[in-house]
Amino acid sequence: MKEEKEKKEISRREFLGKAGTGVAGSYFILSSLKQAEAVAKENPLQPPETYFGNIQVQLTVNGVKHKVRVHTNTTLVELLRDRLSLTGTKVVCNHGECGGCTVVIDKKAVYSCQMLALDADGKDVTTIEGLLKGEELHKVQQAFIDKDGLQCGFCTPGQIMSAYALLLNNPDPSEEEIKTAMAGNICRCSAYPKIKESVAEAARLLKA
Amino acid sequence: MTDFDYIQPTTLQEASKVLSSDGINTLIYAGGTDALSLLKNDIYKQHKVLNLKKIEGLNYISFDKTNGLRIGALATISEIGSSPEIKENYNIIHEAANEIASPQLRNMGTLGGNLCQRPRCWYYREDFDCIRKGGGECFAYEGRNKFHCIVGGGPCYIVHPSDMAVALLALDAKVVIHSNNGERTIPINDLYVLPQDDPMNETILKPGEIVKEIQVQPPVKGIKSGYVKFKERDTWDFAVVSVGAVINSTNGIINNVNIAFGGIAPKPWSEKSLNKSLSSVRINENELEGKLKNLFSNAETLSENAYKVPLVRNLTKRLLLRLVQ
Repeated sequence: MKEEKEKKEISRREFLGKAGTGVAGSYFILSSLKQAEAVAKENPLQPPETYFGNIQVQLTVNGVKHKVRVHTNTTLVELLRDRLSLTGTKVVCNHGECGGCTVVIDKKAVYSCQMLALDADGKDVTTIEGLLKGEELHKVQQAFIDKDGLQCGFCTPGQIMSAYALLLNNPDPSEEEIKTAMAGNICRCSAYPKIKESVAEAARLLKA
Repeated sequence: MTDFDYIQPTTLQEASKVLSSDGINTLIYAGGTDALSLLKNDIYKQHKVLNLKKIEGLNYISFDKTNGLRIGALATISEIGSSPEIKENYNIIHEAANEIASPQLRNMGTLGGNLCQRPRCWYYREDFDCIRKGGGECFAYEGRNKFHCIVGGGPCYIVHPSDMAVALLALDAKVVIHSNNGERTIPINDLYVLPQDDPMNETILKPGEIVKEIQVQPPVKGIKSGYVKFKERDTWDFAVVSVGAVINSTNGIINNVNIAFGGIAPKPWSEKSLNKSLSSVRINENELEGKLKNLFSNAETLSENAYKVPLVRNLTKRLLLRLVQ
């Protein structure tokens, strides 16, 4: 599994090299990412306590119980990202239209940007981080790598959570059922055919 | 988004009490799929949000052959869309529910919220001081209006966005409304108002009144029903035009039919004269074309929405052919 992952990364870099464009740009991005990581370790970007409000909610995220204080108008995704530092869940449209913020609650996919944190009180939330077991990818994640179900990757956490929710409830979905279940997630790179393949592959991997 | 008090009553009586004392300043909240957008866009600047989800006993779907169907206001759209009893006995509700929004929104949105959602008009949703927000002008009338109404408009030209309301209107469903002065049950058609009667609200609900339940009569033997929705974006979207029909026919001849339309008027729409003119008609393309050629010929179309007239005729024809053949 790990070898395959490395192979994939190499082929991407080779592609960038051969394409000849954007090489300098990607080196720049890579180095500044490393710098940003170093800065973050020294200075974790935590807003002041008062930012989070004074109403307490209790929820379970990826199996871990949390007691946190929020404002009435804090959304679930703000709680996940800003308070619990689970930044795998993305805010894209912030209007419940694109699916970038999809998380799973009670086996159902929901938009965490379109839900108040207060309404997550007592709930069991699974985010993209919750799929990972240590260093081992979840089979849905592996399927997206194997079938190249992404281009830029920004929508991918949401796509994977929708696929995960589908397969929790329907381990053997038809092509039409995959299409319906993935309808709430927009991919602006339009990797849809590969996303559909990835979900079918995930179903196969999970059954195996 | 403005900060607000989040009020979480556990009974309808408590909720109604809060709403009657300060209803104008309180936003009713359940699934949040529409309400949260209105708060984020500052359409609502209320400082009180009343969450209905802590009220027990409002999330149910119950069906039996003698009493028909009852759906609680807090049942989610995905619960309605995946109910085997609804699929078997009220296909129109099943099809409408599964046409609503995306899986995530269907998991969150409730029946009551779907019926009481606010219009999608882009002037209403954006920073325009339009009639529906208490301003003096409908910007769609002389502006961009390709998604606006072709009948029932003026002085505001919204269309009602609910798919469930159209399906329930074709079924002659009833709405149970709770208020602390007592419960009342009204036909779903009477829930909605035209802008000429009230340009700022889509429903007759007064502060303190809450949609509690939907009732549908038991299915008549041999009846068929369905819902067809045309969207600009096929994956998921609000209806450009939608049609729901409940039809009773024998050997391809209509005994009676009840048709409802969405996407063409500020409220879910029906044409009694059309229903009447279709009885005893043999369902085939030619017959239907003849009967539908004058449908909405009296429409008052705006500069960009006249296409809805042939669209609604063709969708109606398509649906009836599908249901009977």
